[in-house]
Amino acid sequence: MPDPEVPYRQLTPQEEARRRKRSIAIALALGAWVLLFFVLTIVKLGPQILSRPL
Amino acid sequence: MTSLTNTIGPDVPAPAFTAVGGDVPDYFALLKPRVMVLVIFTALVGMVVSHGHVQPAIGVISLLAIAVGAGASGCLNMWWDADIDAVMTRTAQRPIPAGRISSEEALGFGLFLSVASVLVLGLAANWLAAGLLAFTIVFYAVIYSMWLKRATAQNIVIGGAAGALPPVIGQAVVSGSVGIESLVLFAIIFIWTPPHFWALALIKAEEYARAGIPMMPNVAGPASTRRQIVWYSVFLAPLGLVPVALGFGGLLYAVIGVVGGLGMLAFSVRVLKNREGEAEKRAAMGMFGFSILYLFALFSALLAEQSFGLFRPLV
Repeated sequence: MPDPEVPYRQLTPQEEARRRKRSIAIALALGAWVLLFFVLTIVKLGPQILSRPL
Repeated sequence: MTSLTNTIGPDVPAPAFTAVGGDVPDYFALLKPRVMVLVIFTALVGMVVSHGHVQPAIGVISLLAIAVGAGASGCLNMWWDADIDAVMTRTAQRPIPAGRISSEEALGFGLFLSVASVLVLGLAANWLAAGLLAFTIVFYAVIYSMWLKRATAQNIVIGGAAGALPPVIGQAVVSGSVGIESLVLFAIIFIWTPPHFWALALIKAEEYARAGIPMMPNVAGPASTRRQIVWYSVFLAPLGLVPVALGFGGLLYAVIGVVGGLGMLAFSVRVLKNREGEAEKRAAMGMFGFSILYLFALFSALLAEQSFGLFRPLV
């Protein structure tokens, strides 16, 4: 909830577009981060980690 | 959907940055992408001259971590130097002085990437390589940017160590240790740095003076700087051939090392002789440009010899 004591303004369309692009970039970077750790795990521990008994 | 964001009251000066943050390319620019490319290249050469083997995926991830670590230190450098970047034409359009990204955002971005890159390198390769990367980041961001750069004319001499470390990190990734090969490459980049940067500083002396940076031409004078450029080149030319003497540089490297070393000497003498007007500018820019070509050619020769079977030993 926005603080009623603090003045707010609406974003311009350019600011909206910039924020959307930044959000997409952050999402892609997070995905790459997860993929990187997945690859790292497979390479370090070997592919048999995928078929180990649970 | 309505988007809301904080704003500043009418009696408070507006900040130099936009409250919603910068564009994606601005964040990329904070990482100094051209420096990152150079770091990837020199670290890769450090890897290929090492005795050892690393799985390709680990090698790629390690290079990525080293590049991001270098980018993070560049980001922290831009955060700290935003005030002097603003008064120099070469740097005034960087994201922070241009008002596209706030300094707080840049600080957070740089710190996050620093920690993330060191963590990834430690997990992917080993903790020696990660420790060296952490040292490089701290050395560049704290020792060089926060201290040496504004304190001494030897700023880029000592600070050059940060730029010279990537081959050492590369060797640590592959072999888990630091060997003579990467230390020689470290020495070459270290001695190459002063004549390279001082050539540019000779032309940009007025801007550095305006920004209050004690570069060598501003402190010791242009004449002394020119002499030092020659002395560093005299030392660099034979140093560039040490890989041949130690057996990890072959015939191709030797040829490039001799021709390039003589070129460095010739360009440095040209800088020494041309002291005024357009001739001075041309000589300095020639030295600056050739020094980049020289280092690139030396390292490319090592890469080609070690990776593409072109190695022909001379000793």
